[in-house]
Amino acid sequence: MGDAHRYIPASDADRDAMLREIGVASIDDLFASIPQSLRLTRGLDIAGPLAESDLVAELSVLARANRDLDGRSQFLGGGAYRHFAPSVVDHLISRTEFYSSYTPYQPEISQGTLQAIFEYQTLICQLTELDISNASMYDGASALAEGILMAERTNPRRRVVVSDAVHPEYLQVSRTYLANLDVEMAPLAHREDGTVDPKAAVAALASKASALVVQHPNFFGCLEDVTALARAARDAGAALIVVVTEPVALGILKGPGSQGADIVLGEAQSFGVPLSYGGPYLGFMAARKNYLRSMPGRLVGEALDADGRRGYVLTLSTREQHIRREKATSNICTNEGLCALTAAIFMATLGKAGLRDLARHNHAKAAYARERIASAKGCSVLHAAPVFNEFVVRLPIAAEAAVAALGERGILPGLPLSRYFPERDRDLLVTVTEVNPRAEIDRLAAELGRLA
Amino acid sequence: MQPRTLRPPEKLLFEVSRPGRRGSALPPLDVPDPERYDLPAAYLRDELDGFPELSETEVVRHYTRLSRLNYAIDLGLYPLGSCTMKYNPKVNEQVARIAGFGGAHPQMPEAFVQGNLRLMHDLERMLCAICGMDRFTLQPAAGAQGELVGIMMVRAYHVKQGNPRKVVLIPDSAHGTNPASAHIGGYKVEQITSNRKGCVDLEALRRRMADDVAVLMLTNPNTLGVFEPEIEAIAATVHAKGGLIYMDGANLNAFVALARPGDMGVDVHHLNLHKTFSTPHGGGGPGAGPVGVKKPLEPFLPIPTVEKEGDRYRLSHDRPHSIGKVRSFFGNFGMHARAYAYILALGPQGLRRMSETAVLNANYIRRKLEKVYHLPYDSPTMHEVVFSDRNLEAHGVQTLDVAKRLMDYGFHPMTIYFPLIVKGAMMIEPTESESREELDLFVEAMLAIAEEARRDPELVRTAPHTTPIRRLDEVGAARNPVLRWVSSGAPRPEAG
Repeated sequence: MGDAHRYIPASDADRDAMLREIGVASIDDLFASIPQSLRLTRGLDIAGPLAESDLVAELSVLARANRDLDGRSQFLGGGAYRHFAPSVVDHLISRTEFYSSYTPYQPEISQGTLQAIFEYQTLICQLTELDISNASMYDGASALAEGILMAERTNPRRRVVVSDAVHPEYLQVSRTYLANLDVEMAPLAHREDGTVDPKAAVAALASKASALVVQHPNFFGCLEDVTALARAARDAGAALIVVVTEPVALGILKGPGSQGADIVLGEAQSFGVPLSYGGPYLGFMAARKNYLRSMPGRLVGEALDADGRRGYVLTLSTREQHIRREKATSNICTNEGLCALTAAIFMATLGKAGLRDLARHNHAKAAYARERIASAKGCSVLHAAPVFNEFVVRLPIAAEAAVAALGERGILPGLPLSRYFPERDRDLLVTVTEVNPRAEIDRLAAELGRLA
Repeated sequence: MQPRTLRPPEKLLFEVSRPGRRGSALPPLDVPDPERYDLPAAYLRDELDGFPELSETEVVRHYTRLSRLNYAIDLGLYPLGSCTMKYNPKVNEQVARIAGFGGAHPQMPEAFVQGNLRLMHDLERMLCAICGMDRFTLQPAAGAQGELVGIMMVRAYHVKQGNPRKVVLIPDSAHGTNPASAHIGGYKVEQITSNRKGCVDLEALRRRMADDVAVLMLTNPNTLGVFEPEIEAIAATVHAKGGLIYMDGANLNAFVALARPGDMGVDVHHLNLHKTFSTPHGGGGPGAGPVGVKKPLEPFLPIPTVEKEGDRYRLSHDRPHSIGKVRSFFGNFGMHARAYAYILALGPQGLRRMSETAVLNANYIRRKLEKVYHLPYDSPTMHEVVFSDRNLEAHGVQTLDVAKRLMDYGFHPMTIYFPLIVKGAMMIEPTESESREELDLFVEAMLAIAEEARRDPELVRTAPHTTPIRRLDEVGAARNPVLRWVSSGAPRPEAG
């Protein structure tokens, strides 16, 4: 039956010998339980097999079909961020002991993964200033859906109030998850300065809700008054869920937990996870300790071994699907373990001073860009509220057209908001990080000034 | 002084940390007068309390030492049944990191990412060919999310027929994710019991099947590693009452290029790229759980889909009947690139050889162990085989003990205590990645453990003896959960 394949050790001679030991005449006999009527009688209509060299060539051709981005300035954000990752990050996650192991069901030979997750949980708690963190979620969007479900489990009111300055895809995903669970998502409009008005939140929470959901910095880049929003939520007996899509901001911003947030969740792709056209990314979720038994996903805890030595295990698994089945806190099983490791290594490498510096650079560069673009001809900065590393610019022409025009000149100036809000056709979300040198920012401002 | 070994306790990052150390540096800030941009003081934190301070060297040592406490597929057989721990080709790691893929921002205009869109389009076509389905979505981030998408599409389909229906039928041998996903999909879960062969009881199904049943969720081969021989009659029974068949494709690796779900009456199914198609498990993800559908379910696929028009590829959001989105952007693209490379590396013949060898290896292990270990169901074995600990009971040795003792022989244990319909289950899946010599070593270890259980049961009951750490007190860990480090000076937050 053909030649051996490089990924499959058994040679034809091995196969024959093993078949003899099993006591069957042919490989086909092993498939006797598949009814004849269902057996494929022809080969699959797919390409291959390819030698490794041809495979690399084939994939390189595909990658080159993407527009060459070398020498191009990019100002894209909106839920995924371009940051520099120290080379130790990819080097360490490329150790086979990390990436080719399974979920650590057997702690005695999985202490590397377990301790790394325990440390990750600690880092997320420190960053958000909350008590507990799980081992990861798929991404920020599904983390929000799960966070809303967690708030509803603890306080079932069948209604959550959600700021419309939360990432539109997070809202879409949450709507999908909630579609059949009889929980209403009541929208709360942001005000002219780009943020949620705490007074409006109080009004929206007057009809009962289990949670108030805001994003900080929000989808338009603006910083919310988390303390005031937490007060509004607390007074209404609702939890405050703060979504963070750009956790670098927490290098200088207060952890929302210290401002009164009950659940902080979101996307930690910024911490060394490659952009990779949208995934795999890293959903995170942290909460106050009263949510412990309601948390979705894996949790790693400290344990002692038979000799009293400190180790780590997956714990509180009676919350989970493999034990509780339809009564579980979530259906999540495989999560984003390697991305959590990536983020932990990134945070450990940057450390206390490094993450603060990174946040400062992002903020200063974005503030500089905002100032420059505000004075560009025909452009205006839309919101007055303070921002972290992104902000909305109203252009003199359609943002899609501006992106096309600047794209030809080697600049990707930002995300047209018409992608999510068709009526906002002249608004562009501009994101600036530490990887954008001042010269790129100056050129961006100059080119935007030429659109009018 | 305590000698330093490669055994825990390995100090935590936070315990290695010393004030004033740093592991990274930024270039000088190049914008003028940054202090002009200060944010409101009330929003700012003083410092990242407790965050570690380490040099690059220390970070590298820490994680390298941690890595050596892990077992991995590149060290040997990793026979976790249903998890499909197969070799992760190195070239896949390389191609996923090509700058055009790894560096592509998901908000880029379509014209900039034609290569990525083509990869997703072509991977979808490949999966359709392999599974006999009409369309696939690549969006779900893992198998369980794929199940949720599948269930939601089932619901949308029934709603369009005028009635969402109420019940999802799930065999008692199913993965726990099945009922959990059905629940989030808004359905009531009803279990159907397996027959003596470990398969769906067709007569029971016929009696139960009615027009309140939305879908039967079926794993095929099931979690005993047995192909459902009556799958066609099962599908006909469910279809006759207007229900649908969902297949949990976690075990698709048993019959790739030999049979196709789409030819078996399956209407919708997920598969796990991190199982059948070799993408690494990463110590618990990332995975990817594409979902395939037949034509009648196509309108409900998540948005966006990738469409080809002439020689251009575009994302289509304009799908009025779509269930929406379950994940931001387009799913775990990096996993799509790896699976694409794997499929091309194998081709049609290689994929067939993959499944043939996986089934051959499982049958080889069965043959070598069935005289010693109790085989609760003697139905034909496909890619995995399930034994029980019944033959060890007399010696007071249980499945958990066998699993732990296997570590002393240098192997990762099998899946234990699953499926739930087998008491003391040991579920062994060798995959095609193992040589006969590696299988023989494993068989010898299993036989030796059975012998030890008879001769020296205490040795087995107290295993493992040679691992970096001994059996951990999991009950104690759950009773008094410590889920994060706190500095010894600070009060430890009480959990729960």
